[in-house]
Amino acid sequence: MLIGVLCLQGAFIEHIRMLERLGAQTKEIRQKKDITGVDFDGLVIPGGESTVIGKLLNDLDMMDDIRGFIEKGTPVFGTCAGLILLAKSIANDSHCYLGTMDIVARRNAYGRQLGSFATVAPFDGLGDVPMTFIRAPYIDSVGKAEILSVVDGKIVAARQDNQLVTAFHPELTDDTRIHEYFLKMIASRG
Amino acid sequence: MAVKSQKSESRWELNKNLAQMLKGGVIMDVTTPEQAKIAEEAGACAVMALERIPADIRAAGGVSRMSDPKMIKGIQDAVSIPVMAKCRIGHFAEAQILQAIEIDYIDESEVLSPADDVYHIDKTKFDVPFVCGAKDLSEALRRINEGASMIRTKGEPGTGDVVQAVRHMRKMMSDIRRLTSCAEDELFDEAKKLQVPYDLVKYVHDNGKLPVVNFAAGGVATPADASLMMQLGAEGVFVGSGIFKSGNPAKRARAIVQAVTNYTDAKLIAKLSEDLGEAMVGINEQEIQLLMAERGK
Repeated sequence: MLIGVLCLQGAFIEHIRMLERLGAQTKEIRQKKDITGVDFDGLVIPGGESTVIGKLLNDLDMMDDIRGFIEKGTPVFGTCAGLILLAKSIANDSHCYLGTMDIVARRNAYGRQLGSFATVAPFDGLGDVPMTFIRAPYIDSVGKAEILSVVDGKIVAARQDNQLVTAFHPELTDDTRIHEYFLKMIASRG
Repeated sequence: MAVKSQKSESRWELNKNLAQMLKGGVIMDVTTPEQAKIAEEAGACAVMALERIPADIRAAGGVSRMSDPKMIKGIQDAVSIPVMAKCRIGHFAEAQILQAIEIDYIDESEVLSPADDVYHIDKTKFDVPFVCGAKDLSEALRRINEGASMIRTKGEPGTGDVVQAVRHMRKMMSDIRRLTSCAEDELFDEAKKLQVPYDLVKYVHDNGKLPVVNFAAGGVATPADASLMMQLGAEGVFVGSGIFKSGNPAKRARAIVQAVTNYTDAKLIAKLSEDLGEAMVGINEQEIQLLMAERGK
């Protein structure tokens, strides 16, 4: 199983370590030649600054390719900035990046770094999982997407067919269950 | 790590986590909301708000202090990325003010005039994160023990000369490699020599890295400088005077951002380095009157 991890900026190495712990093979995506002609089983868009990753996707001419993978059904997992990049619209920002997922994201929804927090909350079918929110977004509303987790009345995880997003960072904890959930999404695709 | 209470321990984790999100990115010095916007649009992962960039602090001389909170707030309002600001070494009251205006990261910085020539700030007392400069592993671990959740090389700010950032990064990495190869029973004595708790020394020995993110800073002026520092082991880059003291700040900023992401692709960096206009003039090491890196050890 080959997972492409977008390594333009942010906490990508943490995802790679976790996926490799679970036995998946990973490939760093830093420029167009890393994706041309490659058949990925899944993609990960990590946390970082969405403005930076979005800008580099354009500057390195990869926005259409990544969107193409997602539209043809490649499973994708976006955390934090990844959620913002996948969202169809952003409530408090005029930018739209990949825009493949029918959700409205809110950037820096908990405020500045003093608003960052860690908690434990239920996630679809997994029971309680540890969640780390770093200058995190949340989801204002979902269209066709299914809600997977709600913390303090805010939507913090959702899925729409092949797309999985979390506002928090499972890759910063020792708990591998959400990455396993994503690998199961890939496996069940056949 | 045993030094902190449970509450400050969890805050420290969250603050280390924010630094993890900045990795692979470029943090740019800005002095106005307009510059902050240029930096954000060019792909900065955070900005450092200060009244004067280090090159001008160097030129102006005199005592250099924390910036006007109103100026910092103007920059906070202008951009959506994290905003950092500097306080003087040991000046915990300036740090309290920066925390009160909800800064995302405080740089307890040798660029400003030190306020205390013995003690650094007890950073475990704060909820907001701190980044500190270091010239070697001993300094880095002392700052981490005081509560810093991110480290950067000191380099020599405001010079546009990368030689000292290189020296500090090489020293740090060779210190780490040496510690990794020590026998376990030698670590107690290493802790004594480095003047830091055993736990921190053990962490570096076991993991071959600092327990927090480590950036390069102080003298980075070109995409090639950024690539050099990344290849030497930096996890990201601060660019201070190098951008807004150059001929075409937006273009240079964009080029440095891309060079950090693809730091091993010389062909791409060659292209990025074309037509950037004047780089900052810079000062050579031998011409420097004031060594900021010697402040606060």
